[in-house]
Amino acid sequence: MAGEILLVREVNKGFGGILALDRCSIAVDQGEIVGLIGPNGAGKSTLFDIISGFVQPDAGSIAFRGEEIVGLPAHRIARMGLVRTFQIPRALMRMTVLENMMLGAQGQTGERAIASLIRRHRVEDEESRIRKKAEEILKFFDLLPMKDHYGGSLSGGQKKMLEMARALMADPRLLLLDEPFAGVNPALADRLIQQIKILKEKGLTIMIIEHAIPYVIALCDELYVLNKGRVLAHGRPEEVIADRRVFEAYLGEADDAQS
Amino acid sequence: MLDYLVSIVLTAGIYAIFALGLNLQWGYAGLLNFGHVSFMALGAYTTVLLGMHGVPLPLAVLAGMLLAGASGAFLGMATLRLREDYLAIVTIGFSEIIRFLLLNWSSLTKGSFGLFGYPRPGENLVGAMDYNLFLACLVIGVLALVYALLELLARSPWGRVLKSIRDDEAVSMALGKNSFYYKVQCLALGSAIAALSGSLLAFYLQYINPNNFLPLETFYAWIMVILGGSGNNRGTILGAFLLWGFFSGTRFLEGYLSFSPSATSAARMVIIGLILIGLMMFRPQGLLGDKEELAIGR
Repeated sequence: MAGEILLVREVNKGFGGILALDRCSIAVDQGEIVGLIGPNGAGKSTLFDIISGFVQPDAGSIAFRGEEIVGLPAHRIARMGLVRTFQIPRALMRMTVLENMMLGAQGQTGERAIASLIRRHRVEDEESRIRKKAEEILKFFDLLPMKDHYGGSLSGGQKKMLEMARALMADPRLLLLDEPFAGVNPALADRLIQQIKILKEKGLTIMIIEHAIPYVIALCDELYVLNKGRVLAHGRPEEVIADRRVFEAYLGEADDAQS
Repeated sequence: MLDYLVSIVLTAGIYAIFALGLNLQWGYAGLLNFGHVSFMALGAYTTVLLGMHGVPLPLAVLAGMLLAGASGAFLGMATLRLREDYLAIVTIGFSEIIRFLLLNWSSLTKGSFGLFGYPRPGENLVGAMDYNLFLACLVIGVLALVYALLELLARSPWGRVLKSIRDDEAVSMALGKNSFYYKVQCLALGSAIAALSGSLLAFYLQYINPNNFLPLETFYAWIMVILGGSGNNRGTILGAFLLWGFFSGTRFLEGYLSFSPSATSAARMVIIGLILIGLMMFRPQGLLGDKEELAIGR
C-alpha cells in the first residue's frame, strides 16, 4: 500500500469576516496526481499557501509523510520535500535562467558563507554537478537555449515552465503546482502534460490547481472540488465533473457575476 | 600635489570600503540600511578607545568589527521579520542614537570635544612626513582584500541566495532557503565592513568626534552605490572615487568664485543631486550596472 503522503484535516482559515477555508480536509496518496478545482475565491490558493507554510491556519492539522507541519516555517517544509510553485510565476528577474535553476538545489555546501570561501574544491564540484542537473531539466522543459537570459526576459509561458523546472531542482517528494497551464500556449501545454506524466512515472506525487477541465481530466487520478472554502466533492475526475453540485457551483459563480 | 592626491586616495578608499558594506546589503540582498554610518562610528570609537588603553591595534580593529557586526545582527533580528521598510526606519534611528550616545557619554568619549592623540598603526616605523602615503597604501590593501572577499561571496552559492532574496524572497523560501538568517548575516557582515572603514578613518583623521558621523555620511555611501550601479562592487569603488574626486576638484574652484564657502558647498550638493537625477533618467543601472538586467520585468 502506498498510503497518504499528505493529510489535511479540518483546516480553517478566516480573513476578516470571511472564511476562506471551512473545515477543509484532503488526502493525497503517494504517487498520485491530485487535482484541485473550484470557482474563483473557493480557497484553492489559500490552501496551497497554508500547506506550504506561507500562511498559518486558524485551526486544523496537516501531516506530510506522517509529520505535523503546521507551524513550521516555509523553508523547513520545502526542505522536507514539499515544494510549491506560484500562481503568478515568480521568475527571479535579475538572475539568469541557469541561476534561477541552480538556486533550487538543496543542501548546497556553498550556501554557507564561510564554507563557500574555505571549501572551494567541494563547492566547485557541487556547482558543476548542480549545473549539469539544471541543464538536463531545462532541456526537458525546452528552456536550455534560454539559460543565460535573465528570468525577467522570459515570456509568461516560459516563466511558468521555469517555475516548475526550478521546483524540480529541489528533488521534491510532493509538488504543488498552482495553475501550471495558465498563460501556456496549447502546443506547449500538451508537452507539459506529457512531462507531468513522466514525472509521475518517476514516482513524484503532484497536486495541481487548474481551471482548464480537459487538462485536469487528462492528468488527475483524483479530484477535489472546493467551493466557499469547503470540499464540495471528491473522487475520480469523470465522476466529479458529472456531479450536479459541481456544475451548480460554477454556474452560481456565473450568476453572481451577472448580477 | 602628491599630498593632495594621497588625501583623495585615502578619503575615497576609506569611503569605498564603507560603501562596499552597503552595496552588499542593498545591491545583493535588497536591504534598506539608512544607518550605515553608525557602524562606521562604532568601529572608529571602539578602535580608538581600545588603542588608547593599550590594546594592540589589529585586535582593536577586530573588536570594532565584532561589535558593529553584532549590532547589525541584533537590529536585523529585531526588525527583519517586519515589512522591509521597518529596517530603514530603525537603522536611521539607531545611527542617531549612537551619535547622541557618543556626544553625551563624556566620561568615555569626551563628547563633542572628541578624541585625539591615540595610537595609529606603524607610527614608529614610518616618519610623520610619509605617514599618509603609508596609510594610503594600507587603505588600498584593505580595499583590495574587502573587494576580493565580497566578489568571492557574491559569486558563490551564498551570493546566489542573497540575490534571490533581493529579487523575490518568497521564491527563496519556497526553495528551502532560510532567508531571515541570510539577511541577518548580510547585515552583520556589511556592518563589520563599515566598522573597518571607521577604524581607518580614525587613523587618517587623527581626531574624531561624533559629528564625523552625521546621517549625511550614510547617504554619501548610497550615492556611491547608486552612481556606480547597485550590486556591482567595482561600480561602488568607482562611485566612491568619482564622488570624492568631484568634492576635491570643486574645492579648487572656490578661489575663482565669488560665493561664500557655505554657498559653494551647498552648490556642490545641488550639482550632485542633478547628476543623480540625470543618471536615473538616462542610465538607471548606474555607471557600471548591467542595462539588460534592469530593463527587464518590473
